[in-house]
Amino acid sequence: MSLPDDYIRYPHRRYGIDNDRYDWSILPRRDPVEWPGGAKVALWIVPMLEYFSLDAPQKPFVAPGGSTTPYPDVRNYSARDFGSRVGAFRVFKALDKRSLKASVAFNSQVAERYPFLMHEVTRRGWEVMAHGVDMGKLHHGEVDIGTERGYVQESVSVLRKISGQPVTGWISPARSESMNTLDLVAAEGIEYVADWVNDDMPFPLKTSSGKIHSMPHTHEISDQHIILHMNQTECEFTEQVCDHFNVLYREAETQGGRIMTLTIHPWCTGQPHRIKMLEDVLDHIMGHDDVWSATGMEILAAFKG
Amino acid sequence: MKNDPGVYEYWPYIDRPKLTWPEGKSIAFWVSPNIENYEFQPPPNPNRMAMPRPLPDVIHYSHRDYGNRAGFWRMLEAMDQYDVRGSVSLNVATLDHHPEVIEACKDRNWEFFSHGIYNTRYLYGMNEAQERAYIEDVIESIQKHTGQRVAGSLTPAITHTEQSIQLLAEYDFTYVCDLFHDHQPTPLTVPKGKMISVPYSIEMNDFTLFNGARVTPRQFRDLQKAFFDRLLEEADEQGSVMCIPTHPFLIGQPFRVDAFAEALEYITGHKEVWVTTSREIADYYFEHHYDNAVETIAAHKQEYGPKTSGRGAS
Repeated sequence: MSLPDDYIRYPHRRYGIDNDRYDWSILPRRDPVEWPGGAKVALWIVPMLEYFSLDAPQKPFVAPGGSTTPYPDVRNYSARDFGSRVGAFRVFKALDKRSLKASVAFNSQVAERYPFLMHEVTRRGWEVMAHGVDMGKLHHGEVDIGTERGYVQESVSVLRKISGQPVTGWISPARSESMNTLDLVAAEGIEYVADWVNDDMPFPLKTSSGKIHSMPHTHEISDQHIILHMNQTECEFTEQVCDHFNVLYREAETQGGRIMTLTIHPWCTGQPHRIKMLEDVLDHIMGHDDVWSATGMEILAAFKG
Repeated sequence: MKNDPGVYEYWPYIDRPKLTWPEGKSIAFWVSPNIENYEFQPPPNPNRMAMPRPLPDVIHYSHRDYGNRAGFWRMLEAMDQYDVRGSVSLNVATLDHHPEVIEACKDRNWEFFSHGIYNTRYLYGMNEAQERAYIEDVIESIQKHTGQRVAGSLTPAITHTEQSIQLLAEYDFTYVCDLFHDHQPTPLTVPKGKMISVPYSIEMNDFTLFNGARVTPRQFRDLQKAFFDRLLEEADEQGSVMCIPTHPFLIGQPFRVDAFAEALEYITGHKEVWVTTSREIADYYFEHHYDNAVETIAAHKQEYGPKTSGRGAS
C-alpha cells in the first residue's frame, strides 16, 4: 500500500527528545547522587498486588498474566488470585526475615476485596502505591479522558481510604499509559510514576499539574518477564538479577548512588518452587555493604536532596 | 512481485578461492551498534504497526529511549575496553536528537552507515520518488554531521522496497548489510556502480537472541563464542566475517553488559582475528577480492547455473 508524502517528513526531528514530557539527559554525565549513610545502592522492592477480573476486556490488549482463553478464563483468574491469597505471604516472609522494606503496588480492587492484605502491608510500615483499579481497566490511547480520570480517582481515593496513607506513587496496570495519564495522576497528588523504563535513575516528568518524577522500574528483570515472557528458569532469574545488581553496585563506586528495583509478582514468585529465587537474590544483595533498603518515597526524597 | 531479490547469484560455500584479510588474518570481526530512534507518535504505515500497543506505547518507546540515555554509554565502555570500534547502523534522526552520542562515536573514529531516518519509518510502500528523497536525506545528513560520505546501508527496521538495493547503488553506496546469505562479502548485481554485501547477522543479533530466541545474557555470550569457534576451526580452509549486531537498549542493560564484554574479550583475544569495521572490510574486499570473486561466480554460473530461463527476475 502506498504512503502519503508526509511519511518522509519529520516534524519532531530536533535536538533532544521528541516528546514534551521530559528532557534529554545522559546517565553517566549527571552529578552523582548521594544516598543516606553513603549507601551505594538503594534497594527498592515492589511487590505487585493485582486483580485480574474475570470480565476484563480482551482488546486492545490483555495485561501480561491476563486471560488467554475464551470467557470465563477461570484458570488465569485463579492462578493470579493465588498471589493475594498465598503468594504474597511467602514474599512478605522473605522480606521480614531480612528486615527489608517494600513499596507495595495495589490495584484498588485488591484492597477493596481483601482489606486484610492491606492491613498486612500497613502494619509493617511499608509504602502503599496505586496500581490502578484492576488489570482489566487499562490506561491506553483509546480510553477517553473521562473514563480514565474515573479510574485514577477511584484507585487513589480507595487506596488512601483503606490504607490511611497519602499514596503518592503510581504504576499503571500493565505499565500502560494514555497521553493523559501523567496529567491525571499528577492532578490527584501523585508524586512519582514507575511506568517508564528509559533510565536507571529518577528523572522529572512535566505534567499540567507541575513536575512529578519517573522512578526506574526495569521491566526486563521482573519475575513475570523472565519466568513467563522469556520462559527462562528460576536459576536464570537469580543469575540475571544478581548480575544486574553487581553492575549497578560497581558503577556506584564511580558514578554515585544507584537504584536496584526488584519487581515481584506474588502470583509468580510466591510459588513454592520459586520463592527461593527471590531469597537467593536478596541474600546476594544484602551480602554487600552499603545497600539501603527503602521505599519509593524515601528514595525520591533522597534523590531530590 | 519478484521471486528473488535479483542482486546475487548462487555461489556455494565450498571450493571458493580462499578469502584472506590483512596480515593473513582469517576472520574479520566487527561490531555493529544499532543507534536508533523510535518516535513517540510514529505515523501509521498500513504495512506494519510501529508499536504493539495503542499510542503512546510507553514501555516500548521508553525501552528504546533507554539505549541512548543509558545503554549506549555502558556498551561503549565494554567496546573501549577491548579496542573494538563500532560500525554504527544509524537512524539518521539521532544526528539531530542526540549529537552527544554521535560525538562519542566520532571521537573513536567509528564508521556510520545508514539505518534510515527513524526505526519507526519503514520503506514498505514507498514510491521511487519518496525513496530517492529518503536516500538523499540520509547522505546529506550524515555528511553534514560526521563529515563521512556514507557508503553502507541496513534499511530501517530491515524493511525494503523491490528497488532499495539498486537505488542505493545509484547513489554510490558500496555495501549493504541486510543480506544474510553468506559468511563472506558477495559482489551484487546492480544497474550502476559496484556494490557488495558485507555480512552482518540476523542470527547473532542481540535483538534476535534476546527478543526472539529469549536467551539469557550468558547464553548470548556462549553462542557468540560457539559461532566464532566454528569459523576459527574452518579458518584453514576459508576466511570469513563475523559480526555482532547490538542494540544499546538491550546489550547496555546492567544485567547484560558484562556478558557482551566477555564475548568481546574472547573473540578479540585470538591472533587470527582482524578487528575492523564494515567500511574497512568493504574497501579491502574491493581491492583484493572483488574482481576474482566476480569472475569465479560467473564461471560457476556458466558451468552449473540453471539452463532454463525464468528463474528470478534479474
